[in-house]
Amino acid sequence: MRTRPNYLAGAAALVWLLIIGVPLYALVNTAVQPQTTYTDKGPVSIPDTVTLDNFRTVLDSGFLQYIWNTVVVAVATVAIVLALAVPISYAVVRGRGWLTKGVFRLFLLGLAIPSQAVIIPLFLIINNLGFYDTLWGIILPTAAFALPVSVLVLSGGMRDISNELYEAMALDGASPARTLLTLVVPMSRSAIATTCVFTALQAWNGFLFPLIMTQSNDNKVVTLGLYNFVSEYGSNVPALLAAVLMSAVPILVVYLFARRALVAGLMGAGGK
Amino acid sequence: MAWALPGLLFFLVFAVVPMVGVLYLSFTHWDGLNAPQFTGTENWSRFFGDSQVWQSTLVTGALLIGNIVVQAPVSILLGVWAAGPQRNRAVLSALFFLPLLLSTAATAVMWRQLLDPNFGLPSKFDWLFGADPMGTQQGAIACLVLVTTWQFVPFHSLLYQGAARAIPHTLYQAAAIDGAGRVRQFVHITLPQLRNTMITSTIFMVVGGLTAFDIVLLLTNGGPGTDTAILPFSMYQTAFRTYDYGYASAIASFLLLLATAASVLLTKLSGYDKMTSTMEGL
Repeated sequence: MRTRPNYLAGAAALVWLLIIGVPLYALVNTAVQPQTTYTDKGPVSIPDTVTLDNFRTVLDSGFLQYIWNTVVVAVATVAIVLALAVPISYAVVRGRGWLTKGVFRLFLLGLAIPSQAVIIPLFLIINNLGFYDTLWGIILPTAAFALPVSVLVLSGGMRDISNELYEAMALDGASPARTLLTLVVPMSRSAIATTCVFTALQAWNGFLFPLIMTQSNDNKVVTLGLYNFVSEYGSNVPALLAAVLMSAVPILVVYLFARRALVAGLMGAGGK
Repeated sequence: MAWALPGLLFFLVFAVVPMVGVLYLSFTHWDGLNAPQFTGTENWSRFFGDSQVWQSTLVTGALLIGNIVVQAPVSILLGVWAAGPQRNRAVLSALFFLPLLLSTAATAVMWRQLLDPNFGLPSKFDWLFGADPMGTQQGAIACLVLVTTWQFVPFHSLLYQGAARAIPHTLYQAAAIDGAGRVRQFVHITLPQLRNTMITSTIFMVVGGLTAFDIVLLLTNGGPGTDTAILPFSMYQTAFRTYDYGYASAIASFLLLLATAASVLLTKLSGYDKMTSTMEGL
């Protein structure tokens, strides 16, 4: 079907491009300016001196350690969520009876539990388990709170596998474990990708759990590092924005090399 | 059923038990050091007479509504637009995605500087932002909505983009034959077909809005004064700044109640609880 060009929508899209683009330009522009020209000319000027000193200041403050910690947290959280959510969803989709239904409803309800609301008892639990001020103190609760969405997305994907395929597997004498590994997992690849992307972003974005559960510099994640940076370098805006920019580097790398997977993964979070 | 057991246990320990725990703690006095003292309904009677709590609830509600009212239309239009097959749309969509690469903390830190009345954008574009955009309560709420929109519209529009692509083409062809123009097609085909996505996207916005703690801490720090101290922020201050964990638990329980009510309502609307495949033709 041929379509006329939609000029109105095009104009609106350009306005949105400005809203997205101007702050991003200001971010990059400020991060490469010396502090003196920033206070003179403001964030959106055309820079006449470009410097990488701000990035050096950030690196010298131990920022790489924070980025590394965030990567560890994200990877471990995704691993735990996959290991737990895939079997749960399998049970929910294949199970019959009120118990399975109850499990699914529990996770649906869990979708709404704001992590803030339970942070006080959670702090107590993490403390008693001896995980206070370790990365585990961040990983475990983050994984738990990523489970509801993951179960929803995964069970949604697994429900679209037709019954005949299960029956064929059963006729061939495959055990439930074998069915899971050779039928269910390959068939729900896109749901699994969505779970990975979504969970990793949650872990990446996490702020409250790190703030409450960790204390020492060695266990600081990027988001918290930025928060501390505000009080340490509050007046050095270019260095602060250089830190903001650097905090996005790992995910930018992912975006450049796996844009399709990242975008498709996020799209999948909407269900069908 | 055994397959669900490890995950279920994990979820019970780190999500459900704390949920029960926070309800229990809301009936105690606890400073975090000594054992919690059971004080009956003391926290709750204080809660219902606390004007700060009601202000926090109102601000939370205002922020929530502001976020939905601004983000939903923009995301729907942008998502449907990006779903078109044109090449230039794909290029622009790749740019529109960029804010998602920044964490909420990074976004808030960046905007805090950009909105600075002396050195930020207001110093150059005061016709747009005014002298000090975050100086008043309305202004600060508007800034929170602006920054939330900037960061999360890319995500919500992706959801709509995916859903809009899945709408069967035959519907549009039939409508075109019947003489329906672009606007009528949008209103009568696209919007109804996006219903489920609207609900999902709204759930994300509601839960996100009720828990927008980091953005408030980093952008307005609850200010001016306590004008943007939303419920999670008040709870955090009460618990981890003044060490009144019992009273903070009462605020947290209230937050929990609000979130659960919202989610029950929305999942009822969405039909998620019916547990059936939504694949076309099944």
